[in-house]
Amino acid sequence: MNRPGRWIKANLFGSPVNTVLTVLALALLWQTVPPFLDWALFSASWGGGSPESCRQAGGACWTLLAERHRLMLFGLYPYDQHWRPLLAMALFVALLAASSHRRCWRPWLALAWGALIVVASLLMWGGVAGLVPVETAQWGGLPLTLVIAVLAIVVAFPFSILLALGRRSELPVIKAVSVGYIELVRGLPLVSLLFMASVMFPLFLPEGVTIEKALRALVGMTLFTAAYLAEAVRGGLQAIPKGQFEAADALGLSYWQTMRLIILPQALRLVIPPIVGQFITCFKDTSLVTIVGLYDLLAATKAALNDPAWRPFFVEGYLAAALVYFCFCFFMSRYSQWLEREVAKGTR
Amino acid sequence: MSTPIIEIKDVNKWYGEFHVLKDVCLEVAKGEKVVVCGPSGSGKSTMIRCINRLEEHQSGRIAVDGIELGDDVKAVEAVRRRVGMVFQSFNLFPHLTVLENLTLAPVKVAGVAPREAESTAMALLERVRIPEQAGKFPGQLSGGQQQRVAIARALCLKPAVMLFDEPTSALDPEMVGEVLDVMSGLAAEGMTMICVTHEMGFARAVADTMVFMDEGRIVEVAPPAQFFQSPANERTRRFLGKIIGH
Repeated sequence: MNRPGRWIKANLFGSPVNTVLTVLALALLWQTVPPFLDWALFSASWGGGSPESCRQAGGACWTLLAERHRLMLFGLYPYDQHWRPLLAMALFVALLAASSHRRCWRPWLALAWGALIVVASLLMWGGVAGLVPVETAQWGGLPLTLVIAVLAIVVAFPFSILLALGRRSELPVIKAVSVGYIELVRGLPLVSLLFMASVMFPLFLPEGVTIEKALRALVGMTLFTAAYLAEAVRGGLQAIPKGQFEAADALGLSYWQTMRLIILPQALRLVIPPIVGQFITCFKDTSLVTIVGLYDLLAATKAALNDPAWRPFFVEGYLAAALVYFCFCFFMSRYSQWLEREVAKGTR
Repeated sequence: MSTPIIEIKDVNKWYGEFHVLKDVCLEVAKGEKVVVCGPSGSGKSTMIRCINRLEEHQSGRIAVDGIELGDDVKAVEAVRRRVGMVFQSFNLFPHLTVLENLTLAPVKVAGVAPREAESTAMALLERVRIPEQAGKFPGQLSGGQQQRVAIARALCLKPAVMLFDEPTSALDPEMVGEVLDVMSGLAAEGMTMICVTHEMGFARAVADTMVFMDEGRIVEVAPPAQFFQSPANERTRRFLGKIIGH
């Protein structure tokens, strides 16, 4: 028998139970795959321009995406200004790609990220260089999701390191504050935290002072993510042998030098998996900002399906949104695996 | 006689209820080599760890080069600049190369220019006979090589005193010799050393003073000839009988 033949016999029909399972699996595939392909490809409507064409085609209504994708991607952002968030996102994705190459791990990369945040904010906000100002209340869709996720992660990460160090501190006040903060925030659902940040927080501000809704949601996300990240970082700190602290002490390094040069570089690479897991969670949790009235990617998709004519094709809309979420989360997941291998090079 | 570089007087230390150091007194002169031995749990490691304040003592006085150790952070920093330490488990920084392990403290603590720190580090690696390993990570070296790197790292700050806390206890037997050779070389150059070790051959050859500790007390202090041939104390005799008899 040839090689594929042997493989099939050994792995698919090796025993009576295997044979039964193989037959059942084939039957299941036969039942599901052709109808799905028919729906998704052969009977699908690929751009008839109206819901009518979809009804006639009978399959998946990809026309929906062709017609409504700008609303799904950009929400309430002024239609004729969509190039601005698009450009901001393109810059973001380009820099993300650059960060995936070790050759680019130079001081300029940090500067580039700082510059990106400034440029992207200016693009989105406008009001300079002849750009029409756009209030954050009008931001929506994927750019809003990215802004909240990226800023929440960027701000929460250093904050979480301070919290984790604080929790292990020998100074009682700092320790108590850190423990109290982490336990309080971890004990609250994100939805309630967002709601508090959005509704209750303004009540404590002096009259006349208002903070924009997006910023309040961002603060809520950041505080929430930081508490969880802090526990992941603490796990890494606890894994570092006492001898490392003693060697640093004996060499006369100060507390902050010891942490920055010796402990954190080792601790953080140990906890890359849980940290990236938390980043992914944070990215997906941005879909909850809809409860404070922001139109993130998911909410914008929902809004795009509000038109009664398009409403029957909600499956296609949500599938497309899911694909976008998946792409970003899958990238983060793969990036974390690559990063783990990369930083471990040579050290063992 | 000149003032001692290390002065330990009536030092007491407790871990909770446990009295680890009991009225410990010891003076070490400049250039003197002291070997401390004793059964495990006798407080010898704790004593030398008090000298650079990895452990705090609760009463008595410890001074290095005239600087008394206490809660004053500046004094602790000053003492640590003068005292190098080598640990039983090496404690190299695994995420840094051998060369980076050596230059870290000179550059970050002493403010030495990186280029100068590197040439000092390379000279020290020559001295411990592993210059070819400068670019490797500690995990890629053998135990003996790691401990020699650790000695070089401690020497990078040009300490006046070197503390060795059982430097060969975690090594495979065939690697003990290379580390002791480096230590003997250091002794021959006049370094002030306090070694906690059970390598009695090394002690005989190198030590000016033997110290025997038991149950938190210094039981006997004597020159090696006298210490090994006619120890004054019964407990010293029993201990030596056990470790040399085999």
